[in-house]
Amino acid sequence: MNLAVRDVRYRLGRFLLTAVGLGLLMATVMAMGGIYRGLVVEALSIVQAPGADLWIVQKDTNGPFAETSRVPDDLYRVIRAVPGVQEASPIVFQSLQFRVGPKPFRVQLIGYRLGALGMPLAVAAGRPIIRSRYEMLVGRDAGLAVGTEIKIGRLVFTVVGLTEGIVSNAGDPVAFVSLQDGQEIQFLKANEAVRNDRARLDSASQATPALRDVPAEALRPIVQNTHLANAILVRLQPGADAVEVARRIERWNYYRALTTAEQEQVLAESVIDRGRRQTLLFRAILLVVSVVIIALIIYTMTLEKTRDIATLKVVGAPDRAIAGLILQEALTLGLLGYATGAILISGTYQYFPRRVVVTAFDQSVLLGIVILICVAASLVGIWKALRVDPTTALGGGA
Amino acid sequence: MPAIFADRITKVFGRGETEVVALKDASIEVESGELVALMGPSGSGKTTLLRAISLIDPPTSGRLIMLAGEPVYENDRVLVDDRRLRREKMGIIFQSYNLIPFLTVAENVALVLTLNGVSLREAMRRARALLVQLDLARRADVHPATLSGGEQQRLAVARAVVNDPAVILADEPTASLDTQRGKAVMDLLRRLGRERKAAVIAVTHDERMIEGFDRVYHMIDGRIDRSWRPAQPVIDGRWVVGPTGGYEHA
Repeated sequence: MNLAVRDVRYRLGRFLLTAVGLGLLMATVMAMGGIYRGLVVEALSIVQAPGADLWIVQKDTNGPFAETSRVPDDLYRVIRAVPGVQEASPIVFQSLQFRVGPKPFRVQLIGYRLGALGMPLAVAAGRPIIRSRYEMLVGRDAGLAVGTEIKIGRLVFTVVGLTEGIVSNAGDPVAFVSLQDGQEIQFLKANEAVRNDRARLDSASQATPALRDVPAEALRPIVQNTHLANAILVRLQPGADAVEVARRIERWNYYRALTTAEQEQVLAESVIDRGRRQTLLFRAILLVVSVVIIALIIYTMTLEKTRDIATLKVVGAPDRAIAGLILQEALTLGLLGYATGAILISGTYQYFPRRVVVTAFDQSVLLGIVILICVAASLVGIWKALRVDPTTALGGGA
Repeated sequence: MPAIFADRITKVFGRGETEVVALKDASIEVESGELVALMGPSGSGKTTLLRAISLIDPPTSGRLIMLAGEPVYENDRVLVDDRRLRREKMGIIFQSYNLIPFLTVAENVALVLTLNGVSLREAMRRARALLVQLDLARRADVHPATLSGGEQQRLAVARAVVNDPAVILADEPTASLDTQRGKAVMDLLRRLGRERKAAVIAVTHDERMIEGFDRVYHMIDGRIDRSWRPAQPVIDGRWVVGPTGGYEHA
């Protein structure tokens, strides 16, 4: 006779309520795990999306995601000539905010050379950018429709398509424009700034004897240069050694070359490190809290049955029958709570403002932990139950 | 050899200044098929003796022999698996019923059988058959909390006898019942004890309940001060008329 099944059936309402409560706790643990994974996946998505093998960035910097990095946009021609390089292309990144009507939108802007490395690999709705100016692709997360017009500075863009799955390390959706548009947004100065810089240059050249005879027109392009990029993306030939090519570029071209793995490491270990560790610590605390709560629930369940356990001992139930009752109930409660949590999180994770990545591995590990907690907590309960004095079942009198 | 032979049972609670001697050299014998009542005022040691005999709360000293076998308790040691002894050989009835609340009436009865290795199907069949005898068949599938006090005590009796135990111990089985229901439960206990040839010890402080019992042991201050056979004639001169009008061991 399975005592656990009968006890659960008898106290079904209360048992299910406890399991639902535990399920909510489990869902929180799962969500926290998913948020942690999502943070890492989101941060790395922008590095992984272009499918580059190397990132050529300004010397002594850690690349556009960690620091300011500027390189000439025509550097890609030189890099393309390096042995082992199959393709190279400039790219610009910039966080910016614009308004559509009264509503502000924050995006990670990516400017890429059309048809070259850095372009989005898929367009989920609308079409890709086909004109070199004033067209934009926006991440679906931004909530903008195809055809929306967006004004950025002096430029007006039309959203021609939507992308999916790529966000910045801050969780902002991405917006793709052509390289030239991206360069103008990032590097083109306002007219007033250009006039001020020209005046400053003229004044400086007059004060510098060597420049006195140089015509001002020859120097003026210096103050207005948009032929810059934040990085050069490189795809290697099949079989090429990424580290070897990177070291060669660093040695001969005086730029820093990061492999994609190194770029990911920069992101994971510095840019999002604090946020990642904060989430991880909170997840660990939540797990400890869950352990304590599950243990207390099971222990309390055992205490409530003290008299029944004593009666079982009096009628001769062996220890294994009593231990089985407690262990099976603990496992049932834990598994039911876990299943409730899994159902809850699978039905709600898509509504979180940032990505929640619930992996089968994490779920399996959590399931293992839940089973372990239940077994450990029920061992405490069993220890308590086996110490129950059978005379507890009997009335007073002497 | 009697079915129960409790020899000079002593039970001491606490130590030093808090020491209480609850039983002092109490000895009783009960034959198979014999119905024995254990009487005495509150605090006289009746329940303690019953607990000692059932090994639920073993004695401090003395010797206990069950079913004409080897001692089950001797020299401050329990010599057998007490729970196995209880589930295989004993049926115990409590003053406060002590039914398992999450089992149905039939399951409460079948539990003891399944603990002894009887299949659930067979255990339930036997339990239901017994419940018919005890007029509880129509309540077989409800939980004990929905039963009246008398029904609960009849259920406790059913649980105690379903396994055909050689020994039935009943601790104040009528204390929570009115006189009529109490007598009914005692009648039931007597009938089942006789039918199954079990050695029955029933603790009671109500003299009206001992009618039909073979022998009465009276306890006071942890000792058995006298015993008598309430309904049996003098056979060999060892029995005299006792204070209740029955016969007392000389």
